[in-house]
Amino acid sequence: MSVAMLNLTEVVLNGLMAGIMYALVALGFVLIFKASGIFNFAQGVMALFAALTLVGLQTGQVPFAHLINAIFGTNIHHFGWTLPAFLAVILTLCVMVAFAWAFEALVLKHLVNQEPIILFMATIGLAYFLEGFGDLLWGADIKAINLGIPSGGSFWWEDVTREWAPEGSDYWGMYIDKLDVVATVVAIVLVTSLTLFAQYTRMGRALRAVADDHQAALSVGISLRTIWVVVWSIAGFVALVAGVMWGAKSGVQFSLSLIALKALPVLILGGFTSIPGAIVGGLIIGVGEKVAEFYIGPLVGGAIENWFAYVVALVFLLFRPQGLFGERIIERV
Amino acid sequence: MLYREAGDFKGSYAADIQTFPIKGERYLFWAFVAFCFLVVPFLITPYWEKSIIVPFLIWSIVALGLNILTGYCGQVSLGTGGFMAVGAFACYKLMIAFPDLNIVAVIVLSGFITAGVGLLFGLPSLRIKGFYLAVATLAAQFFLVWLFNKVGWFYNYSASGQINAPTRYILGVAVTGANAPPWATYLLCLSFVFVFAWVARNLTRGRLGRSWMAMRDMDIAAQIMGVSPLGSKLSAFAISSFYVGMGGAMFFSVYLGAVEVTEAFNIDKSFDALFMIIIGGLGSILGSFLGAAFIVVFPVVLKNIMVGGLGWSTDLAAHIEIMTIGALIIFFLIVEPHGLAQLWRLTKEKLRLWPFPY
Repeated sequence: MSVAMLNLTEVVLNGLMAGIMYALVALGFVLIFKASGIFNFAQGVMALFAALTLVGLQTGQVPFAHLINAIFGTNIHHFGWTLPAFLAVILTLCVMVAFAWAFEALVLKHLVNQEPIILFMATIGLAYFLEGFGDLLWGADIKAINLGIPSGGSFWWEDVTREWAPEGSDYWGMYIDKLDVVATVVAIVLVTSLTLFAQYTRMGRALRAVADDHQAALSVGISLRTIWVVVWSIAGFVALVAGVMWGAKSGVQFSLSLIALKALPVLILGGFTSIPGAIVGGLIIGVGEKVAEFYIGPLVGGAIENWFAYVVALVFLLFRPQGLFGERIIERV
Repeated sequence: MLYREAGDFKGSYAADIQTFPIKGERYLFWAFVAFCFLVVPFLITPYWEKSIIVPFLIWSIVALGLNILTGYCGQVSLGTGGFMAVGAFACYKLMIAFPDLNIVAVIVLSGFITAGVGLLFGLPSLRIKGFYLAVATLAAQFFLVWLFNKVGWFYNYSASGQINAPTRYILGVAVTGANAPPWATYLLCLSFVFVFAWVARNLTRGRLGRSWMAMRDMDIAAQIMGVSPLGSKLSAFAISSFYVGMGGAMFFSVYLGAVEVTEAFNIDKSFDALFMIIIGGLGSILGSFLGAAFIVVFPVVLKNIMVGGLGWSTDLAAHIEIMTIGALIIFFLIVEPHGLAQLWRLTKEKLRLWPFPY
C-alpha cells in the first residue's frame, strides 16, 4: 500500500473509533427519547456527573468539601481511603439510580402532558443544575480516572503497519489508541446487552410498549412512572460508561459535558428513535469529521470539527427529515 | 378600585383593540415610560448602568427577537448567540468602514445584515421541524462563531482576534467607547427598546403575526387555510434575526466595547436567551422583558449575597449560582409553564374583581 493510502486508512480507522465514542453518548439520548419522548439535553452533563462521582468515590473525597470549608472554616478534603474500582463503579451506579428516582419524583411527575419544548427546557435546567451540583460536590479541578483501562498508542500495531508501507518510504506506522479499541468493545457489548434486554425480558417488553404508545401501555397496566425511573437509570448507566471512556481519554473536567453537543448531529443523522441509527450515525459523523479535518481542514484554517458534523447532518436531513433510521413522520390534521 | 373598565367607553374599533384597554393601566404605562425617559437618566450610576440596566435593555431586544421566532412562530432556535455575533461583527465592520455614519444607522443596518443571514439559516425550517430544526440551528451557532474566529477579515486581522468599538457620538455626546456617560448609553438603549417593542407588539397582532401563530399552532392546518409556510416561517426568521442582530450590535458597541467572539457569543448566550423567553412567557411581549430582567438581575443578586455578604470564594459562588439557576428554571416550568407573563395576566384578572372573589 502507498503511504497516502495508509494515511487515509489511519484517518478512517480513527474516525470509526471516535464515532463509537459519539455513539456512546447518543445512545443515552435515544433511550430516553424513545421511552418518554423527552429530548434529554442533560445526557452529556450526566456523563460528567457520573465520571466525577466515580473518581470522587474511588479516591475517597469528602462530598461538599469546598462548601463545608467555606462555612465552617475547616480544611478537609479527603477521607484518606481508596476504594477498589468495582466497588466504586457499583456505588456510582447506585447514585445514578437514586438520581433517576429523584428526578422522576421531583420533576418529571409534575411535567406529564406538557409540551415537548417545556420538557426539553427542563432538561437544560437539569443540565445546569447537575453541572453546578457536580462541581459543588466534588470540586471543579481536572481529575484523572484510574480504572486500569489500557491507553496510549499500540506499538504492536505500529510495527505491523510499518511492514505494509513500500520499502524505503518514510512511514512510521499507524497510531491507534488502545483506549479507543476498548471503547469499541465496550460499546458493542453495551448495545448487544441493551438489545437483548429490550427483546427478551419482561421489563424490556414493557419499555418497548411504552415507546410505542404511552396510553396503550398504561391501559394494559404498565406503570409509566416505574418505566421512567428504569429508563433514566439505564441512561445513567450509559452515561457512566460514556463518562468513563471520555474521562479516561481527556480527564474528568467540565469539557466532558460538551460531548453532548457532539452527539446531537449523530442523533439527527441516525434519527431520534433508533439505537442502530445512533451507532451508524456516530460512525458516519466520526469518519466524515476526521476525513474532512484531514483533507479540507488545512485549506480553511482547521478546527472545522466543531461544525462539520452539523453540516453533514443538515445535508442528510434535507433528504430524510426524520434521520436515516427514524420512524417516518406521519402528520394528520 | 383603580383597575376597572367601568366608565371607560370605547367609541371606535381602534379604541377597542388597543394594547392597554383599561384607562388606569394606560395612564400607568405612560407614566412609567415618562419616568424611564425623564427621571432615570438623572439617577443612573455607572454601576447600575453597566451591570444591570443596559444589559437588561439589550437582552430584552434579543429576547423579543427570539420570542418572535420561538414564541410566536414555534420554531425553536439555539443559534441566537451566533446571530448576535453576526450583528456585532457587522456593526464593527460598518463602524470602521464608514466612520461618519450615525451609530443608530449602523445598529439598524447590522440588524438588516443579520436578517439576511438568518433568512439563509432559516431555509432548512421549510423541510425539517421540531427538535431536528433546533439541532440544525446549532449548526448556525457553531459555524458562525468559527467563521468570525478564523477569518481575519472580520476582525481586521487584529493580533488577539478581538474587536474594539471606536467612540461614536450622537449630537455631540459619546455613546460608545470608554468615555460614554451612563445616561447616554442608557437613553440610546431605552429608545431602541421602546421603538422596537412597539413595532414587535404591532407586528404580532397584525396579519403577519397571525400567520406566524397559525404556523405555530398547526402548520398543516395553516397551509390548508392558505398561510404560506415559506412566507411566514422565513419572515419570522428574518425579523427575529433583525432584532437579535441589533441586540448583538449594541451588546458589542454600547455595552461591552471589546469582544472576543468565542467568549462573548458562545452557546451559553443562546441558552440564556431561550431561558429568558421560557421563564418570561412564550408568545408574550411583556414576557420577553420579565424574562430578560430575571436572567440579568438574578445572578447579580445571588453573587452579591454570596461573595459580598457571606464572603465565599467566587468559584464556589459560581457553582451555586449555576445550580440555583438550573433548579429555578425547573421550578418555574413546574409551577407556571406559561411563564411570568401568565402570572401577570392572572394578577390582572384578580385585580379587576378585587375585593370580590368573583
